[in-house]
Amino acid sequence: MSENLITVENISKKFCRRLRRSLWYGVKDLGSELIGRNNSHKDLRKEEYWAVDNVAFELRRGECMGLVGKNGAGKSTLLKMLNGLIKPDKGRIEMRGRVGALIELGTGFNPILTGRENIYVNGSVLGFRKSEIDKKLDEIIAFAEIDKFIDTPVQYYSSGMKVRLGFAVASQMEPDIFLLDEVLAVGDSGFRIKCYNEMFRIMKNSAVIFVSHSMPQIGKVCNKGLLMHQGKTMNISENVGLIINDYYSLFESGKFTEEGNGKAKISNLIFKQKNLLEKQFPLNFKSSEVIKINLDESVFIEMDVHVDVDSDVNAYLILFSFEDIDQKIVAQSTKGPFTEKKGHYNFNFDFSFFNTGKYAVSITVHNYIDGERRETLCGLRSVIKYSILKNKFTGVAPIELP
Amino acid sequence: MNNIDKIPVVVYTVSSEIRTPVRLLLSMWRDLKSSRELAWRLFVRDISARYRQSILGIFWAFLTPIITGLVFIILQSKKVINLGETDIPYPLYVLIGTTLWQVFKESLDAPMKATLKAKSMLTKINFPREALIVSAFYDVLFNLLIKSIVLVGIFIFFKVQITWGVLFVPLAILMLILLGMTIGLLLTPISMLYTDIASGLAVITQLLFFLTPVVYPPPQSFPYSLIVTWNPVSPILIGARDLATKGVLTNIEPFFIVSFLTVIALFIAWTIYHLALPIIIERMSA
Repeated sequence: MSENLITVENISKKFCRRLRRSLWYGVKDLGSELIGRNNSHKDLRKEEYWAVDNVAFELRRGECMGLVGKNGAGKSTLLKMLNGLIKPDKGRIEMRGRVGALIELGTGFNPILTGRENIYVNGSVLGFRKSEIDKKLDEIIAFAEIDKFIDTPVQYYSSGMKVRLGFAVASQMEPDIFLLDEVLAVGDSGFRIKCYNEMFRIMKNSAVIFVSHSMPQIGKVCNKGLLMHQGKTMNISENVGLIINDYYSLFESGKFTEEGNGKAKISNLIFKQKNLLEKQFPLNFKSSEVIKINLDESVFIEMDVHVDVDSDVNAYLILFSFEDIDQKIVAQSTKGPFTEKKGHYNFNFDFSFFNTGKYAVSITVHNYIDGERRETLCGLRSVIKYSILKNKFTGVAPIELP
Repeated sequence: MNNIDKIPVVVYTVSSEIRTPVRLLLSMWRDLKSSRELAWRLFVRDISARYRQSILGIFWAFLTPIITGLVFIILQSKKVINLGETDIPYPLYVLIGTTLWQVFKESLDAPMKATLKAKSMLTKINFPREALIVSAFYDVLFNLLIKSIVLVGIFIFFKVQITWGVLFVPLAILMLILLGMTIGLLLTPISMLYTDIASGLAVITQLLFFLTPVVYPPPQSFPYSLIVTWNPVSPILIGARDLATKGVLTNIEPFFIVSFLTVIALFIAWTIYHLALPIIIERMSA
């Protein structure tokens, strides 16, 4: 068993909602810090709230913990405490080893100086000696892939180029503990893949905490997960899939809406997993119920649809769209063309291709003329919501392992 | 697994470091030591950025004291104002005075400016914050170097007799810088919270300029002599000027008292700065 690098014992941090009061509390805290009194920390004062509330965990070398939660859940505050930027109001943090943190890339860049000069500045801010940077300069420039612009002032760089340079410098740190706030969102996918590969390399010898809103990336990279909600630990587990599922459950899927020109009607809809569950949806279905599907092995879902179309519609298509929580269509299936005015259909879908997450099905009926899909006759957006839980989360992040 | 002992361990808790003075001193010393290289790097960064976007460059470093000096020289020579007799030629007296004053003023502003400028860095990176102050100190020294070129020119022009006392001038100027930086450093934490501090300091500095014998000789009669006895800047500034022009320290006792107190106050200001920044950063980080 490798050694514990991060020990967090029930830490809490409070913040103030109002600026003026916050500044005044700052003065007071400053005073009590200087005379060595601690009692101002225990309770909430007026307009204060717990930004991080009683969070505890341990992390060993070789472990990578995904830190997830909604905006404002306290993730960055937690990272800042771990990095020693701010003090906890309760509890204790022990950090063993050299800490590398990417709270924000490119801090310390001076726009007027060239990329090369900024490598030296940025490197020494992160704790490098000049001789160390000299040795790694070529590697850094090569990693950032900006060799043509290395002697150009950074103010003429694109934001992606700045991120490249920032990550390139930081990734050469070889830290024992690596704290990574959501910084890789900028940068093109080619560079992101490179960054994730680099993270895999770093991970082998360090404890990593990785904040991201991209669950596929979390699922791919992390072997532990911590979900924060309103400052509290909502769940912590080595089953990352469970954490991701809980994270998705915090969000509402798309609202059910109807569309179309009314020339078709879906009168009945049945969603069933063989021998397990059967749900019927009347036309005025407005429930926000989420059907839970455990995906230990392959699961086939059957959907029964009744469609009535107007007499002037000669042929039509039925389109099933499967959308994830970000309303991105992850799968689509077109059935038809059909010609029955009153049709009763039964379709089978293999759900084993779905990853852990929350999804919604939209069903639309389209007019079909001269071999082409035309206007929407009837559409039920996000009519069925379901969540998939795979016991093993499979990352779909575009990462090649070296 | 015996390398566990070599790994640096840092513990963050709620309790103030002031309760464990030995640990506090150690951490201050460690930060100061590890900030040397970074401070130099930040200094080089600031200097090269400053002069890259400026055509007149170093000219700006001595423009203010020269102009202020010239104004008083003209006013005095045209008898618009009468600032009393000086024992050395008045233009020499004033130009040295305004240059020294400028050094003091820059030192006073430096810690605040440096810390405020590094705001985005402070909220995102954990680095020895002492580096900002050390880098600001280098910056003041660099500006002083440029100014001293002009001072040498003035000395040659007025054919000042060079004595051995000149060798102590750097020490006196160092004291002037430390005095300025100490006051500035003491105010820095609170000035990060309230902008009133910086605005107020600008007004007070302006006032202090006239309450210090910069452009006039030190008054001897009560109550004006209080300017010399109660203003801590006076003994150091007078001392530096005397050493430069006459080679002797005429006000030995006040000079050394203020110097001694400055060194002690500097240490206190550093301790406060070290303890205060994590608390201040928390309020800035939003």
